[in-house]
Amino acid sequence: MNKYLERIYNGLWKENPIFVQMLGLCPTLAVTTSAINGLGMGLSSTAVLIGANIVISALRHVIPDGVRLPAEIVVVASLVTVVDMLMEGFTPALYSSLGLYIPLIVVNCIILGRAEAYAMKNSVLLSACDGIGMGLGFTVALVLIGSFRELLGAGTIFDITVTPSFYTPMSLFILAPGAFFVLAMLTALQNRLKMPCATNGSVPEEERVGCAGDCASCAGHDKVMAEKEGK
Amino acid sequence: MSGITQLLIIAISSALVSNVVLSQFLGICSFVGVSKKVETAAGMGGAVIFVITIACVVANLIYQLILYPLNLDYLRTIVFILVIAALVQIVEMFLHKCMVSLYNALGVFLPLITTNCAVLGVAITNVTNGYTGVFGFVESVVNGIGTAIGYTIAIVLLAGIRERIEGNDIPYSFQGSPIVLVTTGLMAIAFFGFSGLL
Repeated sequence: MNKYLERIYNGLWKENPIFVQMLGLCPTLAVTTSAINGLGMGLSSTAVLIGANIVISALRHVIPDGVRLPAEIVVVASLVTVVDMLMEGFTPALYSSLGLYIPLIVVNCIILGRAEAYAMKNSVLLSACDGIGMGLGFTVALVLIGSFRELLGAGTIFDITVTPSFYTPMSLFILAPGAFFVLAMLTALQNRLKMPCATNGSVPEEERVGCAGDCASCAGHDKVMAEKEGK
Repeated sequence: MSGITQLLIIAISSALVSNVVLSQFLGICSFVGVSKKVETAAGMGGAVIFVITIACVVANLIYQLILYPLNLDYLRTIVFILVIAALVQIVEMFLHKCMVSLYNALGVFLPLITTNCAVLGVAITNVTNGYTGVFGFVESVVNGIGTAIGYTIAIVLLAGIRERIEGNDIPYSFQGSPIVLVTTGLMAIAFFGFSGLL
């Protein structure tokens, strides 16, 4: 397969940021109350991801190694500010329903993770394709989770009623606890089917990116305990 | 409404009613990652209270004294994230040098907090809530402390539950993160009860 298409396939399927790498859980849980919110969040993150990968890859020989992370954060934060202003101007309804989570794209570990793991080491065009792949993978996952929650919680998908009239929507699923339950089901399914997923230890250590590719243990308890006992 | 009532409402609403983890989904990574034992969870909670309080003070001062007067409102995301990252570094160095006992208790948790979205989240919420002026400064600090206390309550509770779950016979599929997420979901339902408070 062509190496540019391979990057897109990689992001969409093989290393899907949500289903396989379990990165960016905060936006995944917070904005998937409906399919349209998931789509909006996914596309705005994709825009930032592609932009950040291109800029950081273009500057990879200029940025000194010592200030690598602050420089990456500034690039990402600038792009997020641009996206934030564009959305406020052109999609005010979506902007107000996503609210706080748009500026928080800055701390989405997928973006910094890709910058660190891929854009700092590869050419501009490859990094752009990597950004497209990862962004689309993130978007598809958010839309799927969003549709699932919207279907169970409101009986609609993209605001179109799809369930028969005798179905009473379980509104719990569009509230906060529903987000946790849906993610729990997803990870349980991955355990059951032994699918590759960062949280069940089936992704080898060296293939993980950014914050070790595992949100659940990137702020790792074991790491903290080891350090504490080492002192 | 008097000032004290206003502050009390902000504190209760940020700590319990709209809990930072259970209803706003901020700081999930560390919430799941550092909640295996009550002791470490409490340490993390302490460090979060410490950092969020300082971050709220600094972020609010920067916003009110520099960004707002100069019409640089739109730069707040960039400025806040850099200030928080630098602040955590400075706090860590300061504690290491001057307050060794506090550093021993909280030090290992500080690097984890830089990337904790709860800190940036509170700083931005304080701006979007329109806390301005001297009273606004107090309001944003109270909001910050309330949020951090809410985080601490949630993570210590979860750690307590997880210590008890440890010895149980959990179905294979639910071992590891799924059972933690189910627990968190049940806690989120329980926290809905607080919405009657206000």
